[in-house]
Amino acid sequence: MTQTLNEIPDFKTLSPRVDQVGVEERVARFNTRSIKKDSKMYALKLALSMVDLTTLEGMDSPGKVRQLCYKAMHPHEKLEDIPKVAAVCVYPSFVRLAKETLSGSGINVASVATAFPSGWAPMKAKLDEVRYCVDEGADEIDMVISRGEFLKGNYGYIYDEVAAVKEACGSAHLKVILETGELQTLDNVRRASDISMYAGADFIKTSTGKISPAATQPVTLVMLEAIRDFYYKTGKKIGMKPAGGIRDAKLAIRYLVMVKETLGIDWLDPDLFRFGASSLANDLLMQIVKQQTGAYQSLDYFSKD
Amino acid sequence: MLKETELKRPNRLNFTGGWNYDPAPESASNVKLKETYQHFINGKFTEPEEGKYFATLNPATEEKLADVADGSAADVDAAVKAARNGYNKYWSKLSGRDRARYIYRIARMIQERAREFAIIESLDGGKPIRESRDVDVPLSAAYFFYYAGWADKLEYAFPNRNPKPVGVAGQIIPWNFPLMMAAWKIAPALAAGNTVVLKPAETTPLTCLKLAEIIQEADLPPGVVNFVTGAGATGSEIVSHPDIDKVAFTGSTKVGKMIHKSVAGTNKKLTLELGGKAANIVMDDAPLDQAVEGIVNGIFFNQGHVCCAGSRLFVQEGVADTVRDKLIDRMESLIVGDPLDKNTDIGAINSQKQLQTINNYLELGLNEGGEIYQSSCPIPDKGYWVAPTLIGNVSQSHRIVQEEIFGPVLTIQTFRTPAEVIEKANNTPYGLSGGVWTDKGSKIFNLTSQLRAGVVWANTYNKFDPTSPFGGYKESGIGREGGLHGLSAYLKF
Amino acid sequence: MADRLDIQKTYKMYVGGAFIRSESGHYYPLTGKGGKLTANICLATRKDFRDAVTKARGAQEKWAGRSAYNRGQILYRIAEMMEGRKDQFIAELVREGLTKKQAEKETLATIDRVVYFAGWTDKYTQLFSTVNPVQSSHFNFSLPEPMGVVVVMAPEKPSLLGLVSSILPAIVGGNTVIALASTGAPLSALTFSEILHSSDVPGGVINILTGKTEDLAEHFSTHMDVNAVVYAREDESMLHQIQENATGNLKRVYHVWYKDWYSDEVDNPYAIADLQETKTTWHPVGI
Repeated sequence: MTQTLNEIPDFKTLSPRVDQVGVEERVARFNTRSIKKDSKMYALKLALSMVDLTTLEGMDSPGKVRQLCYKAMHPHEKLEDIPKVAAVCVYPSFVRLAKETLSGSGINVASVATAFPSGWAPMKAKLDEVRYCVDEGADEIDMVISRGEFLKGNYGYIYDEVAAVKEACGSAHLKVILETGELQTLDNVRRASDISMYAGADFIKTSTGKISPAATQPVTLVMLEAIRDFYYKTGKKIGMKPAGGIRDAKLAIRYLVMVKETLGIDWLDPDLFRFGASSLANDLLMQIVKQQTGAYQSLDYFSKD
Repeated sequence: MLKETELKRPNRLNFTGGWNYDPAPESASNVKLKETYQHFINGKFTEPEEGKYFATLNPATEEKLADVADGSAADVDAAVKAARNGYNKYWSKLSGRDRARYIYRIARMIQERAREFAIIESLDGGKPIRESRDVDVPLSAAYFFYYAGWADKLEYAFPNRNPKPVGVAGQIIPWNFPLMMAAWKIAPALAAGNTVVLKPAETTPLTCLKLAEIIQEADLPPGVVNFVTGAGATGSEIVSHPDIDKVAFTGSTKVGKMIHKSVAGTNKKLTLELGGKAANIVMDDAPLDQAVEGIVNGIFFNQGHVCCAGSRLFVQEGVADTVRDKLIDRMESLIVGDPLDKNTDIGAINSQKQLQTINNYLELGLNEGGEIYQSSCPIPDKGYWVAPTLIGNVSQSHRIVQEEIFGPVLTIQTFRTPAEVIEKANNTPYGLSGGVWTDKGSKIFNLTSQLRAGVVWANTYNKFDPTSPFGGYKESGIGREGGLHGLSAYLKF
Repeated sequence: MADRLDIQKTYKMYVGGAFIRSESGHYYPLTGKGGKLTANICLATRKDFRDAVTKARGAQEKWAGRSAYNRGQILYRIAEMMEGRKDQFIAELVREGLTKKQAEKETLATIDRVVYFAGWTDKYTQLFSTVNPVQSSHFNFSLPEPMGVVVVMAPEKPSLLGLVSSILPAIVGGNTVIALASTGAPLSALTFSEILHSSDVPGGVINILTGKTEDLAEHFSTHMDVNAVVYAREDESMLHQIQENATGNLKRVYHVWYKDWYSDEVDNPYAIADLQETKTTWHPVGI
């Protein structure tokens, strides 16, 4: 049974409250999970398959994007039987190049849009940017919400904006970046998650990576719980993408533990969970080699792109 | 058992298959247990007078860990004499500052050997290593550390009262938190200037005997702390010994009442920390996901072998289905099994006897018409286990709602108004603890002040701290442990 | 008018704000000098006690719920009214065998004690509360709360001062009381009840029975709805019996005994604390 969403809920009362200390205690408990041996290898490979390899710098160049795409397709030549990453995430100007480079690889191209990272642009400009990215071949659009409007309590604005972008996306998947570092409280994170999902987000995402703090475990847990409630209510499975700040394999595995024990195994899938990260991939690879050989690894042996 | 279809949930989460955690056992290789443990009397490990021993088992494997001395009247008498001597000759002559130094030493040495203590606690008692490592042992050290600091400041704790030690304290502790209960008892007693004869529970004596080693290494004067091991008979020898000045007991209300009767008419001071049947109340405006976690901590912490466990869940009707569904999904992700595995959430039931008690209650619950839901986690073949259990369709008159089960068994009832739930929550002879979950500040203070219980957790559950007084109203006990309040039990004025 | 016959006072018990005779109709004679009858005193039965517990339980929550300031004012009002009727107390104590001087001393000491304890209502909580600096991110505090219904077995002597001194710590702390007055000298207890009745002490907060300990001690200590017993008498064997009986519901038993009820040591807030439970409350501190 799936409930249809006939009307827009009242976002001032929809979201349950969140107790910060309780969330932090829950996270601490997740972090006591000890992942060893085969289950560790499984997790490392799973995490690698969930990486959105990302470059979002002012100094990005076609060469850098090409290298990144190559890394996405061939994470580590010396290793067999390792997965490809899920997607490459670039600015709109590089979508076409990335799409061409990744052609046939099965790796998606994601592009940030809607005046990333601040979101300060006229609505029309944002929608034009989204359409441009889709036209250029983007499979996934990572939009930002207007935090200024959200913090004013203008929740209807956020709903409309996400819904409009969703429409502009067409068949492309929409990831909604909440920029949780600017929302500050977990209650806000929860509310922004709910609004985004009701407005049509396919994924909700923590951060642009340009604001500190970026993804944190408590924020991610609150978003996973929002996804869970949305699923209970509607039967729709929304994806989750923590982005920024997840640099090592150990932390990535802790995120996977949260996903598994909050949403169950269905979400342990690149279609429903992603890591937005650039340096994480190499640490995952190092750990995979370490698991295979027993020897601790050096970054000098892993290509940096 | 409650069937899936009866749960009426269309969108279930799937927790089986896929990525499973490999076993991650804590290595017990550097833990050395002796084959036989004697009493610890007058600073020395001492053979039992009658030469009798009993076995202490690992409840997860049913294998014997060690033989432990069975205390007779003569052993208790020797321990009390040693304690009296220790009091007269050494402890009462030390300054508060010097007593503090010894107690600080004990705290530090527990910290140094923390992992070893945690492993032994889990081996002997069945609790998950995650809890013994993260809760029992660090808190035990913290209690010693906290009370050490009081030893030379007692005048400030009780102004105008001229506090003096009571003398020799006889202390009897339960099997659910063996080391921590020893710390709760010994630390304030020593700080206040008393000497101690302590009996650990018969199923979990080992960490106390390890603590005896520390007390030896810390060079405490002989007789200041004595351990006599044994079962109920040994305990009653301590209670009735004429040269005991103070009795402190943690355990069942039934035994607590026997002790209460036995010390009537004597001048022995008495503190009792007894059973409970706490209400955990979830209002419809609560932070629900954290409440579910609090419910889980409330009842499944330490296999539910907790006197203050939130064993009666009350959920306001508007969110009752949601909370139940979330709880069932959460229960599915709990891991039952090897206490030494770092990923274990729920360890072994402490003894076969306790397992039988819990199973009897489950049967009773079924017979009384309860709807029982148990998580589907796999359970080991050997050892004593109970899967996390939820029982619905019950009311105040059900025995499983009234009586302390002391296992991972939660009853769930619904309510509509605050007045209704407070009436139900207080409708028990117990009064140890309670929980309230709501987002509204004024509602929190209203509800917590109406609960007739000594410890109330609002938007949290099962938290303990050396600075925080703990103890019950009504039949849940007499007196407080922890904090400044906990000192007065060991002083006369 | 020399031949006018005295109007003799009927000494009743005070339960639930009403003056009652024993349900049994039983009484015992109180005799003065030369064996002359002073008054007939009600002999409380277990049923009278049972009714008193019901009244005390019924009044407890509201009494505890009054503001500390208000409880203080009510207690102070008792002192004011006693002051106004001190001659009557003195006369009664004299009828029971005290000299005028002794009676005056006892009456004034009693009034002073009421004033002393009246001042504690809004202060003891501050003395006996703590904010506990726990390691985790929680606000943690411990407060005293009244135990509930308290039985007070007042001393034989000094009859008025002993009765009032052993009731006050319970009342100050929000408990309600059923007190057994001195058996040999119960007269002033009734006058004290009249003071309670006409001051603002709500009915049921203080209930005063007269009678004999041997009839009542067992019921005092076995009643399952009594939370504590204050035993302010000397007989240790009865204390022992009460302690044993108290096991039924683990009621708290306090032996309160002062060689000198006039001494400053009776002016002691720790007596209030003895009749309080400590409640510890935890709450997270977060955003």
